Amino acid sequence: MRGRPLLFTSYEADQALMPTTTKKVALTVFLVALVLVPVYDVIPFAPDFLAKDDWLKVLTNVMIFAIGALGLNILTGLAGQVSLGHAFFMGLGAYTAAALGAPEGPLVGLGLPMWIWLPAAAVVPALVGVLVGPTAVRVRGLYLAIVTLGLVFIGEYLFRNTESWTGGSQAGRTFPRFQFRFWKEEEPLVDFSRKGEWFGIELSNEAKTYILLLGFAIVATLIAKNIQRTRVGRAFQAIRDRDIAAEVMGVDEFRYKLLAFGISSAFAGVSGALLASFVGRTIPERWDLLLSVQFIAIILIGGAGTVTGTLMGALFVIALPRVVQDFTAWLSDKIDAGEGIIAKVGDVFIATSGDDFGIVNTLPGTGPGLSVFQLNLVIYGLLIIVFLIFEPLGLYGIWLRVRNYWKGWPFTY
Amino acid sequence: MTELASRTETHTPTGTTHLLEVDDIRLSFKGVKAIDGVSFHVDEGELFAIIGPNGAGKTSIFNSINQLYRPQQGDIRWKGRSLMGLKPNKTAELGIARTFQNIALFPHMTVVENILTGRHIRMKTSWVAGALWVGPAKREEIANRAKVEDIIDFLEIEQWRKHPVGMLPYGVQKRVELGRALAMEPELLLLDEPVAGMNLEETEDMARFILDIQDELGIAMILVEHDMGLVMDIADRVMVVDFGRKIAEGTPDVVQKNPDVIKAYLGEEFEGAE
Ligand SMILES: Nc1ncnc2c1ncn2[C@@H]1O[C@H](COP(=O)(O)OP(=O)(O)OP(=O)(O)O)[C@@H](O)[C@H]1O
Ligand SMILES: [Mg+2]
Repeated sequence: MRGRPLLFTSYEADQALMPTTTKKVALTVFLVALVLVPVYDVIPFAPDFLAKDDWLKVLTNVMIFAIGALGLNILTGLAGQVSLGHAFFMGLGAYTAAALGAPEGPLVGLGLPMWIWLPAAAVVPALVGVLVGPTAVRVRGLYLAIVTLGLVFIGEYLFRNTESWTGGSQAGRTFPRFQFRFWKEEEPLVDFSRKGEWFGIELSNEAKTYILLLGFAIVATLIAKNIQRTRVGRAFQAIRDRDIAAEVMGVDEFRYKLLAFGISSAFAGVSGALLASFVGRTIPERWDLLLSVQFIAIILIGGAGTVTGTLMGALFVIALPRVVQDFTAWLSDKIDAGEGIIAKVGDVFIATSGDDFGIVNTLPGTGPGLSVFQLNLVIYGLLIIVFLIFEPLGLYGIWLRVRNYWKGWPFTY
Repeated sequence: MTELASRTETHTPTGTTHLLEVDDIRLSFKGVKAIDGVSFHVDEGELFAIIGPNGAGKTSIFNSINQLYRPQQGDIRWKGRSLMGLKPNKTAELGIARTFQNIALFPHMTVVENILTGRHIRMKTSWVAGALWVGPAKREEIANRAKVEDIIDFLEIEQWRKHPVGMLPYGVQKRVELGRALAMEPELLLLDEPVAGMNLEETEDMARFILDIQDELGIAMILVEHDMGLVMDIADRVMVVDFGRKIAEGTPDVVQKNPDVIKAYLGEEFEGAE
């Protein structure tokens, strides 16, 4: 084997998730780097801004959206079925979690521990997915998108009108916290939602929550990857690529589409429950079409069909608004300081006073230009179009090209 | 559907049962008669060829056997049991594999993944076992990977293993598609124009594979092909169809001498040959 890292001597080695030592080392380093993010402020040369609570929150959101996107990737990327119904199943997962896990009070809540409410947030949406699935999977392509779009509107309507479960549009409701309990005891075994000391290191609640969700995201990634590379994942991809050939190979198209729908809904449910717990309180309108579209954006920008691409997409789409916000704030500072060329260019970009023209208007109230939020939407839209036309493999495709370039370096082919 | 199902149960084959019996099937599309009363049978291990001019209904016969098309009349029996009304994936489970006239591989999947998909019906791993990569799932994946590797060896496509099939040359894709069908360990293999568009060398390779499949694996085959030389060389029996009807059937020698065949098929062949 020495000197020939790509020569495998058994199929087992060839089929391993991380077939080469280089990959194993790289992945280990990457995972350690992720776990250590909350203490980057004391590690030399680490990007210490990431360890700040507000950035930890952004990263936690990335994990939550990654879990949901991995699910949609199974349905859309692998099985080739475009669904806009993801937000509905997320809402379903969130309210399942609330009904089981939230403390007893005016709204439905049984106060059960996390090891019950989190799996339930996967099972209930999956069952509902399999129940409504037959209608959805009989139609194809654009029609499927429309049917699942209907699901989001029906869901929002239902959530708004079941106030004892959801709290309604005015107040919303609270969700169970990230706490490990054996049963209903007062003091949780592990509390991820309160700051405290772990292994001699003082951690904020944001840091603890981040670590918990990093763990969940890793588990979800492993599951998604394993599904993709085994029998059922191949059946999904076969249906996506050539449905008739898949059937003639013995794949029951209807059954497997339904299964993909169910699995995807389970991921969505977990993602929804985690999102709701993370945010703490939300209203039924949280589970709207825009949320579904965000997931479509993640898998399209990341590169539909690949797990790595989906993760990159989640990081990109969720962290982008924060980056744009930081960038505009930084530009504003430069303009105020009146520093050279950056200030001149920045002035065109940002409106600093009511009568000043700028592509982005950071001032409160109305005026010409886009708000930071609108700018984000414009960037998403442009990116989706650019990726669909020029790089259907998304960020993953770009990553592949960069990697292959360096693999062969210094040779150009 | 229920009517068809009950017919399945009441049917008792008379005399010897053939592997596949096609019994007077008729299929039309909005007035176009694609198959107009065709009957034939195939026995175990036999290499049966169907020839006929373009649009004669050959592919439609294959699609009917697979139940992708539902003939309006007649019956198709597999080991004496009717296939009519089954879902296409059931015909695969019963032991019928297939290649397509216009290659129908899974273009985004690699050669190995395509052929592994052919193992679908021979594997059991549920999505849960697969997702958790538990012992049995892992063992099954590895065992089946070994089978796939045997097929890759047999078809001499080692060098393309990890390539997405969509980017492979046409001749290689044809082989991969044959490999995917073989991976199903079928008892009957339907080959729809396996050498169409191939050069002489590729055609000879394919002929060798087909004969090996018959000799070494004992798999029965129905071969649809326009290459007369190939058909007359390797087929045990030949059926000639024209306008959805059978006009002759027999050994290659007999069929070649049949005046109807010469008129209807070979005549046209001369015109179309250029
Ligand atoms: N799905 C369909 N819808 C409508 N007409 C069809 C369909 N499939 C086949 N036909 C018609 O049935 C007839 C037989 O077609 P078929 O494809 O079976 O011929 P073939 O013998 O395989 O021809 P070729 O040698 O060109 O492959 C043709 O007239 C064709 O147009
Ligand atoms: Mg044909």
